[in-house]
Amino acid sequence: MSASTDNLKELVNREYKYGFVTDIETDTVPPGLNEDVIRLISAKKGEPEWLLEWRLKAYRHWLTMSEPTWPNVHYPPIDYQDIIYYSAPKKKEGPKSLDEIDPELRATYAKLGISLEEQERLAGVAVDAVFDSVSVATTFKKKLSEMGIIFSSFSEAVKDHPELVRKYLGSVVPYSDNFFATLNSAVFSDGSFVYVPKGVRCPMELSTYFRINASATGQFERTLIVADEGSYVSYLEGCTAPMRDENQLHAAVVELVALDSAEIKYSTIQNWYPGDKNGKGGIYNFVTKRGKCAGVNSKISWTQVETGSAITWKYPSCVLVGENSVGEFYSVALANNYQQADTGTKMIHIGRNTRSTIISKGISAGHGQNTYRGLVKVQKGAVGARNFSQCDSLLIGDKCGAHTFPYIEVKNPTAQMEHEATTSKIGEDQLFYCNQRGISTEDAMTMIVNGFCKQVLKKLPMEFAVEAQKLLGISLEGSVG
Amino acid sequence: MKAMLEIKNLHAKAGCVEILKGINLTMKPGEVHAIMGPNGSGKSTLSNVLAGRETYVVTEGEVLYEGRNLLEMSPEDRARKGIFLAFQYPVEIPGVNNTYFLKAAMNAIRKHRGEEELDAMEFLKLVRERAKLVEMDESLINRPVNEGFSGGEKKRNEIFQMAVLEPKLAILDETDSGLDIDALKIVANGVNSLRSEERAFLVITHYQRLLDYIVPDFVHVLSEGRIVRSGGKELALELEEKGYGWIEKEPAPSRAAEAV
Repeated sequence: MSASTDNLKELVNREYKYGFVTDIETDTVPPGLNEDVIRLISAKKGEPEWLLEWRLKAYRHWLTMSEPTWPNVHYPPIDYQDIIYYSAPKKKEGPKSLDEIDPELRATYAKLGISLEEQERLAGVAVDAVFDSVSVATTFKKKLSEMGIIFSSFSEAVKDHPELVRKYLGSVVPYSDNFFATLNSAVFSDGSFVYVPKGVRCPMELSTYFRINASATGQFERTLIVADEGSYVSYLEGCTAPMRDENQLHAAVVELVALDSAEIKYSTIQNWYPGDKNGKGGIYNFVTKRGKCAGVNSKISWTQVETGSAITWKYPSCVLVGENSVGEFYSVALANNYQQADTGTKMIHIGRNTRSTIISKGISAGHGQNTYRGLVKVQKGAVGARNFSQCDSLLIGDKCGAHTFPYIEVKNPTAQMEHEATTSKIGEDQLFYCNQRGISTEDAMTMIVNGFCKQVLKKLPMEFAVEAQKLLGISLEGSVG
Repeated sequence: MKAMLEIKNLHAKAGCVEILKGINLTMKPGEVHAIMGPNGSGKSTLSNVLAGRETYVVTEGEVLYEGRNLLEMSPEDRARKGIFLAFQYPVEIPGVNNTYFLKAAMNAIRKHRGEEELDAMEFLKLVRERAKLVEMDESLINRPVNEGFSGGEKKRNEIFQMAVLEPKLAILDETDSGLDIDALKIVANGVNSLRSEERAFLVITHYQRLLDYIVPDFVHVLSEGRIVRSGGKELALELEEKGYGWIEKEPAPSRAAEAV
């Protein structure tokens, strides 16, 4: 349930818990971006020609684009020539087992509380640990592969299953999609690939821990998940990053494809360094996440708890092509201190009888600015499309802001749209009521916030939900006087 | 017996308006004191000041609780030391389960006393038992705190929480308002069953009706921020008969009451 007092005490100084840097020799390309750097990245990864061409096409297109200015976020200009586009931990030889992994790397995992051997023993979760840009260990691969499930790093998938990667890469987020997605298409370093074959129900939650480590290394993850007909997969993404003074750019792309009657559940806890209490430092998180319900009766569900990053720009979306397909978006976004979040979703109804649900909970504290931006679009052919949206904002203190921009475009008269929105403040009344029962203000705050987010938190897998609740409490440390 | 609560010449302001203008009151363990008075006399201000609400500022006087300066303690500290306020207007806390809320409260209090946290099974047993006391439906126990409760259900929930938390000093702030006669009896039964030699009650009410069911040891009449008359339970009946105007027209005895 809520963070125990001990947990809160531990973090009372509000220093970012995961702020440490591991000293590992990295294989780093000098800063800057040009076609040679892209060729170098591609060569280092031993990629086939078609992929290099795809990257270059993206890069050339990117040169014609400019950074979007419409989000409700503010940051100094980013110098894209000052970013290191590739950094990988040096490998002696490919590790055959966990014992062969760099001890220092493993110590880092231990600090993060995701010791791989423990994960392996726990057996419920398979971890594809992304350390900087290259996956160094993939567990449970064997067990999964017996069922025909592919769960590997993106680079491995390019080598082992080029036909699948080639077929689906860019099929949901085209290389020309938007400034950050296009940049990612040109320079993506690594990420995860999942394929669940026909009729297979993935027996465990697939989980990736992302971590940005090498200083000033932009991180360009690429994730592709394909659920074939009648299959099911639940994917967890959780993030922590070391403390930095320099802002770090993160521009990931996640593509999901659900074929007939397939279901993908994608859950995220995003806890990247948000900057200090004066707004210095912190990660810029500009992410493109999109799922395509390509088949009939398919379903894609996004659940996210966003507590980290200095700036979040993120709209996990569903393109509902297949008849009767379902898109869901459950989100908690918290902006404390000087954090800025502009996040929401797009639900694009194309097929008949497609349905979507949007539940967004925005929490603003300190000087935080929280924006919900959502689009529900019903195209001409989407007979009987239905959407329900609920956007609730919670304000803590009087220096923060909550903003809501719901866009609705309906081109079919049979569509049904519902939109509900509320804004509330954590009242002195509520806090006093809790205090009068013996509950400290910090605990009361955590409790009230968790109550506010309950609809979303209960959509998370159990162990993730517990972590998320703690995180919310920790992230709000010191937001009341 | 030693006093549990001593209020001496208490003055308090809300904003820039002085509401309490010199309250004197002493309570001993086991006693039930009723405070009656017309609207605006300062009844709720008194209960809020005792519970430590920051919107009220004490400008003069002192309050000792178990011999210690109550006014220096934070609201949660007061609660942990055994002061419970049954709110006149209990707030809703959406999404926070009633039982979970109570468990957090209970464990905060136990921790303060250096006791171990109750385990889930023991706690649940206690909760079920106490719910029966105020005839609380089990579905309400597992709903979010006061969310969507009727006025009567909210008041009953307050008494239920009191029964679980077992305070030393319980302050009931117009718990009877908005209750029908059946609910009133249930609430009164709950309070009566919690009466004990160690526990004191300060029952704040506008009407005499509640005092038919919770029979007080002492009745105090509050008017314009002062206790203008104190007496036994019969004072309540007299008030019922003659109305508050009767007291207000007779200023003389108020001096006597204040001198207690």
